[in-house]
Amino acid sequence: MSILFPLPDQDILDRRDDIIAGLGALLPPDCLVTSEDERRAFETDALTAYRYIPLAVALPRTTEEVAAVLAFCHEAGVKVVARGAGTSLSGGAIPQPDAIVLGLSKLNAILDINFPGRTVRVQAGVTNLSITEAVSAEGFFYAPDPSSQLACTIGGNIGMNSGGAHCLKYGVTTNNVLGVRVVQMDGTIIDMGGEALDSPGLDLLGLMVGSEGQLGIVTEAVVRILPMAEDARPVLFGFETSEDAGACVAAIIGAGIIPVAMEFMDKAAIEICEAFAKAGYPLDVGAMLIIEVEGSAAEMDAQLKRIVEIAHRHNVQVVRESKSAMETALIWKGRKSAFGATGRVADYICMDGTVPTGQLSYVLKRTAEICADYGLRVANVFHAGDGNMHPLIMYNVNDPADCRKAEQAGLDLLKLCVDVGGCLTGEHGVGIEKRDLMPHQFTPQDLNQQMRVRAVFDPEWLLNPAKVFPLEGRDAA
Amino acid sequence: MSTLTAQLVPETEAQACAMIAEARAQGRTLAIEGGGTRAGFGRPMQADCVLSTRALTGITLYEPAELVISARAGTPLSFIEETLAQKGQMLPFEPADYRGLYGTAGEPTIGAVAACNISGPRRIQTGAARDSLIGVRLVNGRGEAIKSGGRVMKNVTGLDLVKLCCGAHGTLGLFTEVTFKLLPRPPAEASLALDGLDDAQAIRAMSATLSSPFEVSGVAHLPTGLSGGAPLTLVRLERDEISLAYRLQRLTDLLGPFGAVRRIGPEESRAHWHDIAQVAPLAKSATPAIWRLSLPAHHAARCMAAISASLGARYFYDWAGGLVWLAVMPNGDAGAGAIRHAVVEAGGHATLMRASDNVRARVDVFPPLGAALMKITAGIKTSFDPGGILNPGRMYAGV
Ligand SMILES: Cc1cc2nc3c(=O)[nH]c(=O)nc-3n(C[C@H](O)[C@H](O)[C@H](O)COP(=O)(O)OP(=O)(O)OC[C@H]3O[C@@H](n4cnc5c(N)ncnc54)[C@H](O)[C@@H]3O)c2cc1C
Repeated sequence: MSILFPLPDQDILDRRDDIIAGLGALLPPDCLVTSEDERRAFETDALTAYRYIPLAVALPRTTEEVAAVLAFCHEAGVKVVARGAGTSLSGGAIPQPDAIVLGLSKLNAILDINFPGRTVRVQAGVTNLSITEAVSAEGFFYAPDPSSQLACTIGGNIGMNSGGAHCLKYGVTTNNVLGVRVVQMDGTIIDMGGEALDSPGLDLLGLMVGSEGQLGIVTEAVVRILPMAEDARPVLFGFETSEDAGACVAAIIGAGIIPVAMEFMDKAAIEICEAFAKAGYPLDVGAMLIIEVEGSAAEMDAQLKRIVEIAHRHNVQVVRESKSAMETALIWKGRKSAFGATGRVADYICMDGTVPTGQLSYVLKRTAEICADYGLRVANVFHAGDGNMHPLIMYNVNDPADCRKAEQAGLDLLKLCVDVGGCLTGEHGVGIEKRDLMPHQFTPQDLNQQMRVRAVFDPEWLLNPAKVFPLEGRDAA
Repeated sequence: MSTLTAQLVPETEAQACAMIAEARAQGRTLAIEGGGTRAGFGRPMQADCVLSTRALTGITLYEPAELVISARAGTPLSFIEETLAQKGQMLPFEPADYRGLYGTAGEPTIGAVAACNISGPRRIQTGAARDSLIGVRLVNGRGEAIKSGGRVMKNVTGLDLVKLCCGAHGTLGLFTEVTFKLLPRPPAEASLALDGLDDAQAIRAMSATLSSPFEVSGVAHLPTGLSGGAPLTLVRLERDEISLAYRLQRLTDLLGPFGAVRRIGPEESRAHWHDIAQVAPLAKSATPAIWRLSLPAHHAARCMAAISASLGARYFYDWAGGLVWLAVMPNGDAGAGAIRHAVVEAGGHATLMRASDNVRARVDVFPPLGAALMKITAGIKTSFDPGGILNPGRMYAGV
């Protein structure tokens, strides 16, 4: 595969024993992974085509231990790759041979739940879903719900500014985090934001969210929780063509209706997910939308009536409402397991560009054409309400020619997204995957400004340095 | 700022780049001005020249079906709002108009709304200006045109300079174009009112509404004397008619334990929330200094009791207690010491929104930052504006 990593720094590799000894003085033995076998567990993330075994893995238990490790690495010139659960789809958590991995898995406590203030303070290694689980008995939830929510951590969500199916209404991570505790590369501990709204001074919190482990290590976060809606009801809408479904999405938003979720699946995705989840998806349609509405029974009826009318104007073939909590759970299980289910059928890479919703139909058509040109299969399953596409390009990871084709098709699709007015990544991050495409979306001045900001936090480029910014041209910033 | 004679008025982004590059080369400092309605916000500045956005106007993109609008920075906010209203849409965060607060007359511009991160009462439901701002074009202090974000709803490509520059008060760059996401304007509105609650009861009542699934879009409390007579607690709903009727009833039931609940019709509701957004209950008198406190709502009543004990203060709560507008006598440090002490204790921060140049030169206008945050702030300033020529010292001395 074709994305280059920087050549490992031989001096660091030579000093490995000293570096491990230094870390060993800061952490107990069970918090430091050094054997090759155990390090291998950290060699990649969900972009599995790239693998590099890190120098060592540090698993600190407190903010202070994180600070000690970073201060030591700063002093010793050792690169650091932060890692939550390693579910990044863009290669954001893939290590490099001359870097240590700093894993947050032992920082996994929920520190404080404040119901009157509707906030929760957590450590960075807490999983996304466990926040909701901790507050759901009182009728609250944490809104951003990536499909990986069972595994992924709040620190990783902050790293990537992750979204999910229900972000159409509730916003993504950056809209739901009030504060973070961050350790800088030199070991300094700082708080950005807090329990109050609007952080003082510059919005460093806003900058930190989505910074992909390049500005500092998040050890704690204060997140906002929301009261659950009275009730929620997903409805399946089957269409003959993807174009009809895409046009229906635009028409619903254009009519001033914002459902809590609007998820799209094409025929390939429906078949894969139905075979896996047995959710009762219609198999005789060309595309499907899962549209969820919320509120009281009467409110949901009223909103659905308007949505169904619009769908009929777009040749809807099947309309099926969930009739029970079990059915609702199955409908969402099918959608949320789309990637995993695809993975059982073939190897895949998942693209993540966003396009203006008015361009959905065109982009879906071009996606099919581009993949067909490469002789590759593609399944589309994505957040349609906000135009965040997720074409899953299927290929055989053991066939180098197939790999190259898949990667190339993916790049073509991302460029297409930028060219129609969108962007390279809506929620999965740049990582290494889209790093070399950044100049397609940004001018050299744009990128240099970002890199100068980056350098304020990490002038030596020790934090996750292989990612986000093209390797060439960094000095010019 | 009107005392400055030299004015630069770029008509295009390219001209703005050239002007800023030239100012940098000559070491001239620039005060960025939109409508000039918030000139009294921030530390007083001494700049060599005014850089005005007034010739950078016009909506550059409006796609109602995609809920997105882009406009050049100097476009009047009123023009944007009228254009959106024609399509039944709105800026989600309810930008406030501070002309009453500052006694100014110009036209607020959309660029300044972004630069100052100005949000009104609806912020508790739909987020702040920074949450709706999805793209910017700006000219940094090196005279380079920079873009960040774009026109799509979800975008995590590269560092989020949009949020960094939103609320930076023009210290990092001159916005030339801003892009916001929009919401449909709900067709109906009404409010519920409770009379006579003390601060602590009011905070509990307000918190109860926000902990309910009824999606209230404004929650404020005006203590004794601020709305005429007895304390007044207000809760707003903006929905379609069916949903509005249902939720008003449910909220009335929910608030029952706190006292008798009155229903307020659309016109009176709009008038109340307009006043609250523009800080009218305190701004009417030109004398006092006015502070804006961000607080964890559940500590707000205690914090305000502490402040009231040491200062003769008038104040009201918005954002269910998460925001307090506070008027104090403008003598000495305008209460800064006592206010900041109490606010920091409560886990919040305070900004001096209105005071004479004299007071704002002596007192920290924005919340003081610790050494580590200040170092980052200064570093970011230099990364955008190495000559320190854009709105120098507007937020912090030397930045
Ligand atoms: C099956 C599947 C479904 C997915 N569905 C979605 C989805 O619906 N929406 C979505 O947005 N994403 C989705 N993802 C992508 C992924 O789950 C998210 O990016 C997630 O936020 C990563 O969390 P993590 O804990 O695994 O982080 P990692 O993968 O470990 O790290 C992600 C990035 O954040 C950095 N990082 C991690 N922890 C910290 C920290 N404490 N401080 C600073 N930086 C840190 C890392 O260096 C890396 O750059 C999916 C992935 C899979 C495999």
